[in-house]
Amino acid sequence: MLGFIIQRFIQAVGVMAVMSVIVFFGVYAIGNPIDIVIPPDATQEIRLEAIRRLGLDRPLYEQYFTFLANLLQGDLGRSFVYNMPVLELIGGRLPATLELVLISVISATVLGVSLGIYAGYRPDSWVSKTIMAVSVLGFSVPSFWVGLILILFFAVHLGWLPAGGRGDTVMIWGVAWSFPTLNGLSHIALPAVNLALFKLAMMIRLARAGTREIMLTDTIKFARAAGLSEATILRRHLLKLISIPIITVFGLELGSTLAFAVVTETIFSWPGVGKLIIDSIAVLDRPVMVAYLILVAFLFVTINFVIDLVFALIDPRVRDGASA
Amino acid sequence: MSAGPSRLALFWAEYSENKIAVLALVVVVVMILLALFAALISPQNPYDLANLSLRDSRRPPGFVGSGGYTHILGTDPQGRDLLSAIFYGLRISIQIGLAAGFVSLSIGTTLGILAAYLGGRVETLIMRLVDLQLSFPAILLALVIVALLGQGKAQLIGALVAAQYAYFARTAYGAAKAERGKDYIEAALATPLSARLVLWRHMLPNCTPPLIVVATVQIANSISLEATLSFLGLGLPVTEPSLGMLISNGFPYMMSGRYWISVYPGVALIILIVAINIVGDQVRDQFNPRLRK
Repeated sequence: MLGFIIQRFIQAVGVMAVMSVIVFFGVYAIGNPIDIVIPPDATQEIRLEAIRRLGLDRPLYEQYFTFLANLLQGDLGRSFVYNMPVLELIGGRLPATLELVLISVISATVLGVSLGIYAGYRPDSWVSKTIMAVSVLGFSVPSFWVGLILILFFAVHLGWLPAGGRGDTVMIWGVAWSFPTLNGLSHIALPAVNLALFKLAMMIRLARAGTREIMLTDTIKFARAAGLSEATILRRHLLKLISIPIITVFGLELGSTLAFAVVTETIFSWPGVGKLIIDSIAVLDRPVMVAYLILVAFLFVTINFVIDLVFALIDPRVRDGASA
Repeated sequence: MSAGPSRLALFWAEYSENKIAVLALVVVVVMILLALFAALISPQNPYDLANLSLRDSRRPPGFVGSGGYTHILGTDPQGRDLLSAIFYGLRISIQIGLAAGFVSLSIGTTLGILAAYLGGRVETLIMRLVDLQLSFPAILLALVIVALLGQGKAQLIGALVAAQYAYFARTAYGAAKAERGKDYIEAALATPLSARLVLWRHMLPNCTPPLIVVATVQIANSISLEATLSFLGLGLPVTEPSLGMLISNGFPYMMSGRYWISVYPGVALIILIVAINIVGDQVRDQFNPRLRK
């Protein structure tokens, strides 16, 4: 088990190193950021001074090593545009994104798994067929379009829910959160539904496929023969057996939802990290772009690492396979 | 056709049993025809600025504009006839989707089959990279690449390819790896035929079915991804709007109740994507031996 953990850890560190190189050179090697930072009518001295101050006059590899050294000390640079530490900038926006993503993914999982198990348990009922038809839509319809329709229907047509912004917030541990207030909740509702819909479709499909497969296995036959009630079988055996792929997907989705939040946050003017990155791309604020990508990469690598570990804990075949 | 039902005929016989899938296929074909003949059937050339009048902008469906004809679906903020703009937008969306789909198919398949054939270091390197990329959301990758390369058709296709080739590589690799160990490949490799010929003539055809399925889905995904990027303002230039750009143009006016500018191009987009996905689903079911009766 320990060998397995160490092996995976070294892999994760390797991936992070490669990602940092790709992201850094990808973002810095193209175009000239100095044109954005200083006004076009600035004198040559100001221009050179700014280039020196930002360290843009040194060779690229040297900039990379400076960046890497700073990175390891937790310094991701300063935003060209906001002129404040990038980490602080992103950190300030993170709670908004986090609460949106968590609410979406958790509700999508709970609802999706329940609906999926039902659809897999009674595949021929019309309810199941409806669930599956809707899930196909959730898969193929682009999420920005769903967001638009949600706004059009609930905000413009019915006027029930606000179309954008965070609403009232409450300070908890020095951080502003929307979910504890009613007004804040009404602001979260539409973007959360928007973000959750795609995940919901995926969870339904996953749970249904798993249920259909497992209901045919000997485990279930024997459990039935032993006289266990259907509810017990579903809860104690089925749920446990389908949980492995669901945990994997839950973890991965947490990461990819952060990425998808870019779209949702833009539509609903939700002041989170996703909107920040879109704005930064528009003005080529490189430190913010680099920092965001590095953080997302870090998040993905961490999630993958944790999933591998959880896998190994749940399923002994995984860790035996690795040590063999 | 030769005597007796060909494989294609058999395939079609099974396909046509699913009425919804047939309908979806018809929709896809009609949409492609609309895109191909956009210039002939549109009441207006939406790219010709001389044709546009700001007096006609943001008019509701059914409005008779300065051109003297009815704007069945209304007009957009630039005074374009929306129906015409949708036909032309379909053309761009389908173009981008097909181009990105085929380039990713070629690159991904080549990488996947090479990895399976060569094995060793090359295999590890290619597949590690592919797996790494697959764990990273495609939308984010495309977003960053477009942001770096700038706007334009070639850049956009490049970004979509970079975001999607990995799916093809994974699929091709899986199929090729399974074929690699089979006797017929060993036998073919033992003959004086070049490895390239064996891979091309013998390996590739047997890897095709799953690749076709991935291709259908990925073309739909490319179209959807392009629309999303355009909506975020990172797609094509505004002068030749794709469906996503049309939707994006109409978004600010939605709050004031001018829904049609966004909604109709969106409906066209959704119909296209859903239809392609249904066709893809049916083809996948037919290729999947586990679902065969």
